[in-house]
Amino acid sequence: MSTLVYINSNDGLAKSALEVVTYAKKLGGDVTVITTGGADESSLASLGEYGATKVLVDRSVNSDDAQVLTKVIASAVETTGANTVVFSHDLSAKAVAPRLSVRLKAGLVAGAIDVPQDGKVKVNVFSGKAFGHVEVSSDKKIISLLPNSFQPEGGGSACSVEEFNGNGGDPKVKVMDVKKPEGEIPLPEAELVVSAGRGLKGPENWGMVEDLAKELGAATACSRPVADIGWRPHHEHVGQTGVAIRPNLYIAAGISGAIQHLAGVNGSKVIVVINTDPEAPFFKAADYGIVGDAFEVLPRLTEAVKKFKASN
Amino acid sequence: MKILVCISKSPDTTSKIAFTDGNSKFDENGVQYIVNPYDEWYALVRGLELKEAGGGTVTICTVGTAADDAVIRKALAIGADDAVRIDAEPTDAYFTAMQIAEYAKSNGYDLVLTGKETINYNGSQVGGMIAEAMDLPFVSLATKLDVEGTTATLEAEITGGVEVCQVELPAVISCAKGMAEQRIPNMRGIMAARTKPLNVVAPAEVAKLTSFVSYDLPEAKSACKMIDPENMDELVSLLHNEAKVI
Ligand SMILES: Cc1cc2nc3c(=O)[nH]c(=O)nc-3n(C[C@H](O)[C@H](O)[C@H](O)COP(=O)(O)OP(=O)(O)OC[C@H]3O[C@@H](n4cnc5c(N)ncnc54)[C@H](O)[C@@H]3O)c2cc1C
Ligand SMILES: Nc1ncnc2c1ncn2[C@@H]1O[C@H](COP(=O)(O)O)[C@@H](O)[C@H]1O
Repeated sequence: MSTLVYINSNDGLAKSALEVVTYAKKLGGDVTVITTGGADESSLASLGEYGATKVLVDRSVNSDDAQVLTKVIASAVETTGANTVVFSHDLSAKAVAPRLSVRLKAGLVAGAIDVPQDGKVKVNVFSGKAFGHVEVSSDKKIISLLPNSFQPEGGGSACSVEEFNGNGGDPKVKVMDVKKPEGEIPLPEAELVVSAGRGLKGPENWGMVEDLAKELGAATACSRPVADIGWRPHHEHVGQTGVAIRPNLYIAAGISGAIQHLAGVNGSKVIVVINTDPEAPFFKAADYGIVGDAFEVLPRLTEAVKKFKASN
Repeated sequence: MKILVCISKSPDTTSKIAFTDGNSKFDENGVQYIVNPYDEWYALVRGLELKEAGGGTVTICTVGTAADDAVIRKALAIGADDAVRIDAEPTDAYFTAMQIAEYAKSNGYDLVLTGKETINYNGSQVGGMIAEAMDLPFVSLATKLDVEGTTATLEAEITGGVEVCQVELPAVISCAKGMAEQRIPNMRGIMAARTKPLNVVAPAEVAKLTSFVSYDLPEAKSACKMIDPENMDELVSLLHNEAKVI
């Protein structure tokens, strides 16, 4: 048994990178990490603490092009003889893992949320309304793990880092420009999320949502109608036809809790619902409920968080 | 320009999700099928807009059984010149993608469009697999798509932002929110859809690599704890001491 883990280390090591290395270690056997880009050697070596036996880094690759990465990962599979490849199920893996599956003829389990049990891997299906158990019949397997479904476990010691050349070639997709809003926490990876819906009445009232998010260090999200009418950007839309998230804490203000909205957030560990209507369906999916006006409750909650932080 | 739009069916988003046969099969009882929203709202409509602007054809492609013809007609009602159904159960993403790739290779398309993901299995797998099988570039989760001559200019979602990129056609593109506005089929479209060609072709020999062995449903949440809207200190303390999330 030998496992290869692909991680994206362009912007340093994300928590999801530590999650996938920990996950790979639980599979048993050797764990080799393949990465590209400019991450420094000591941070790569620290992946050993989470279970990596060795890190291969291909510094000739400086793009996230799926065709290039697929070639690099495939040659690392050949070099290491790995029979399982693990990804974090993020935007980059959604482009690379399917390509690799075809190239290696390796069955892909997309969106795993647990380690295999009796050879079957548990995944989210029906947008989080149910779970499926997937069996892979090919010799080689690919598993891409949903972010925030597995906690990193450190405690080991640093591992070796080796230069690697996977002959990725030149990208056919030319990147002209990259726009990344500064200081925002990407929603799919956020551990805390503050979200609001039509109950907030208009975009001018989002200040109180952002204030609470800022105080908590949370990302912001919204319901679909709010993104559709342009109160908030599309990438904040969560639900069955938006982003599916599984944060530790999801706070929803002025959102009714329609089935399509719940589908994208019911993997959250803890849900807090703020709604003026005690009959709002969202309360059935909530852990903590507040029947009240978001315009009063949100600022009050922000103050309470401030107070809590000052005394801790 | 020749455009192929990959359409999958999915259960209506309000469907009750249940399983039968010892939890090994999705219970279709009372389930209404719709065109997978990403495929319809974004991939198909953008394909039609490109054709309207620059000429060409739009063909719908589905891997599915005769039971899917109703959903294919729904998609034809929105537009598209014709449809092809590859006659097989699409139970494995690799199998499905290889079928579409085989068909697309022998018919030569400039653009192959898929949705971001199917809302029942949510794999985001089929598009990338088609691209690799055809050795074509793939732009994943595109939110904007324009074509000038043989060059496509796109915006696509990346971690924490968007990128603007260019690619030479032919290419495979998965379509996400922002690319187009949903179109409601009109009466004329619905009538025309009845007589548009829907060709059924036999599947290629391809092995399946994965299978869903069983399903289960999440455990019901325990009752929600109600908190006095005046007392947010209590909520914070519960989130810290009881739920341990802050
Ligand atoms: C095919 C399809 C796909 C869909 N996909 C999605 C999806 O991915 N994501 C999604 O979110 N939706 C989706 N929807 C839409 C979904 O059905 C709901 O219409 C939508 O989620 C409702 O948004 P909302 O809760 O913000 O608004 P509303 O349903 O209008 O609810 C507003 C809520 O705010 C409360 N409220 C009002 N004033 C206040 C106040 N002052 N303080 C506190 N609370 C207040 C009200 O009591 C109400 O519960 C989809 C629908 C379809 C048909
Ligand atoms: N059975 C199918 N027939 C045609 N296209 C499909 C099929 N299944 C998936 N697709 C396409 O592939 C996209 C991604 O699907 P998935 O990999 O299942 O998330 C969908 O949005 C469709 O465009």
